[in-house]
Amino acid sequence: MKYSFLSLARNAFSHHRGWMPAWDSPVPKRHYDVIIVGGGGHGLATAYYLAKLHGVKNIAVVEKGWIGGGNTGRNTTLIRSNYLLDTNARFYDWSLKLWETMSQELNYNVMFSQRGVLNLAHTDAQQDAYIRRGNAMRINGIDAEWLDHKQVEEMVPLLDSSERPRYPVIGGLLQKRGGVARHDAVAWGYARAANALGVDILQNCECIAIKQESGKVRGIETNQGFIGAGQVGIAVAGHTSQLARMAGFTLPIESHLLQAFVSEPVKPIINTVVTYGAGHFYMSQSDKGELVMGGDLDFYNSYAQRGNMPVLEHATACAMQMFPFISRLRMMRHWGGIMDMTMDGSPIISKTPLQNFYIDGGWCYGGFKATPASGWVFAHTIAHDEPHELNRGFNMDRFEHGRTIDEKGSGPIPNAQ
Amino acid sequence: MLLINCPFCGPRNHTEFDYGSDASVLRPADDAPESEWFAYVYLRSNPKGAHTEYWQHALGCRSWIKVKRDTLTHDIAGVSLANALAQREQQ
Ligand SMILES: Cc1cc2nc3c(=O)[nH]c(=O)nc-3n(C[C@H](O)[C@H](O)[C@H](O)COP(=O)(O)OP(=O)(O)OC[C@H]3O[C@@H](n4cnc5c(N)ncnc54)[C@H](O)[C@@H]3O)c2cc1C
Ligand SMILES: [Zn+2]
Repeated sequence: MKYSFLSLARNAFSHHRGWMPAWDSPVPKRHYDVIIVGGGGHGLATAYYLAKLHGVKNIAVVEKGWIGGGNTGRNTTLIRSNYLLDTNARFYDWSLKLWETMSQELNYNVMFSQRGVLNLAHTDAQQDAYIRRGNAMRINGIDAEWLDHKQVEEMVPLLDSSERPRYPVIGGLLQKRGGVARHDAVAWGYARAANALGVDILQNCECIAIKQESGKVRGIETNQGFIGAGQVGIAVAGHTSQLARMAGFTLPIESHLLQAFVSEPVKPIINTVVTYGAGHFYMSQSDKGELVMGGDLDFYNSYAQRGNMPVLEHATACAMQMFPFISRLRMMRHWGGIMDMTMDGSPIISKTPLQNFYIDGGWCYGGFKATPASGWVFAHTIAHDEPHELNRGFNMDRFEHGRTIDEKGSGPIPNAQ
Repeated sequence: MLLINCPFCGPRNHTEFDYGSDASVLRPADDAPESEWFAYVYLRSNPKGAHTEYWQHALGCRSWIKVKRDTLTHDIAGVSLANALAQREQQ
């Protein structure tokens, strides 16, 4: 059923009893041409583009829990393409362009709101670095604006930009096309659109082993039995190492915990996304009025998908520096998600040593914004057994050949970006 | 909060410590083949479960220690001195 004003009106007259489930829950077939493991935004988008753009008919997405229950439903939904390095800049800006038409494309309102992303600078060095990044972005055809102290003050009046703070606000780099979206809607929208094209969405189906024969993938073992497959792609954020181990290889990835928090809802007080430059902290306001905040990793390996106090304390200290009124607000919820942290801070979308087995992972702090482009290039990579121009640089052997994409310039540590 | 039992200072909150890295990764010989150096610098087994790792008691006695921790449950199975162990392993 196509969602429209008319369908809304018609269903209103029948007391909203006529809505159909947005996707089916079939029993697994014995064999699929392509199986995607992981029913987050990336896996579902991949299945959608495989069916839509590459004419693949027989596709399943297997998800161990419920779709969107991983990082897709746990993230703070920042969307931006303010990258310095070409490979990242081109990929993420293509993603941003796909966001701009996603609701129409999927016939599903993902509530993409281009309210801008503003990165604050607090030192001269930071100012120089941001202006340089802004210039690099513009060379790549991406919008970027440097705001001085006064312009920042006008844009975010409740920010403490007085002389008093320890880290004075010198200015900020603004990407106006950046913003936020409704995370669940992205998973649901892609699931519904993929299902309409015949993709099977198999929830509560965990991949526990990868079956291979003479160097080629044959299918996956699951808690619902063996399912054969011509090709298998994994998009399992946080668990990419685990699936790679099942397939017989090791990755330059560690799993770490990232947390987020929301406050009680308040009236509109901030109409953009602001990131703090003197600590890892950022904030935006949801349509319900809650302040949505995020901070740092824990910095020790973790698969424990839950929050803890030290990071919360650090983040709220940063919040107080920026927005002192926050001390009066109560926190409502606090949670965590497991991130694949790569050794250069950039993703891996790649063929692998196992034939017909592909990985899409290593999203570090920032894979939500990548969702549409990730699905788009991953579908291409699987359909052609060859990366797309946009993800050629994200191959898994780049580390071996010294072609890392180290946006932060920090060397081989698994905690960049 | 993790409670790490420093061999010198006793049980302390993990916020007093800095995380080092995966302690199962051993530095290859200087003339080891490139593939070994690649594995040393980049590859991590990243287990979901038992993990040995270095921590430094940065806000305490500043010694480096080796902790056996479960990455899923955060249970700590043991703490020892990094130095003594590192030496024994090299022999
Ligand atoms: C607190 C937090 C804040 C974040 N903030 C941002 C942000 O502001 N902007 C941004 O761009 N990104 C952000 N991210 C990152 C972003 O959420 C992720 O990179 C992105 O959502 C990953 O999408 P995905 O589809 O790859 O993963 P997921 O949505 O996690 O989907 C992977 C799925 O695979 C399933 N799975 C795993 N193992 C198996 C198996 N063996 N068999 C079957 N299924 C399996 C999981 O259950 C899961 O549903 C944040 C992440 C967190 C945790
Ligand atoms: Zn100590």
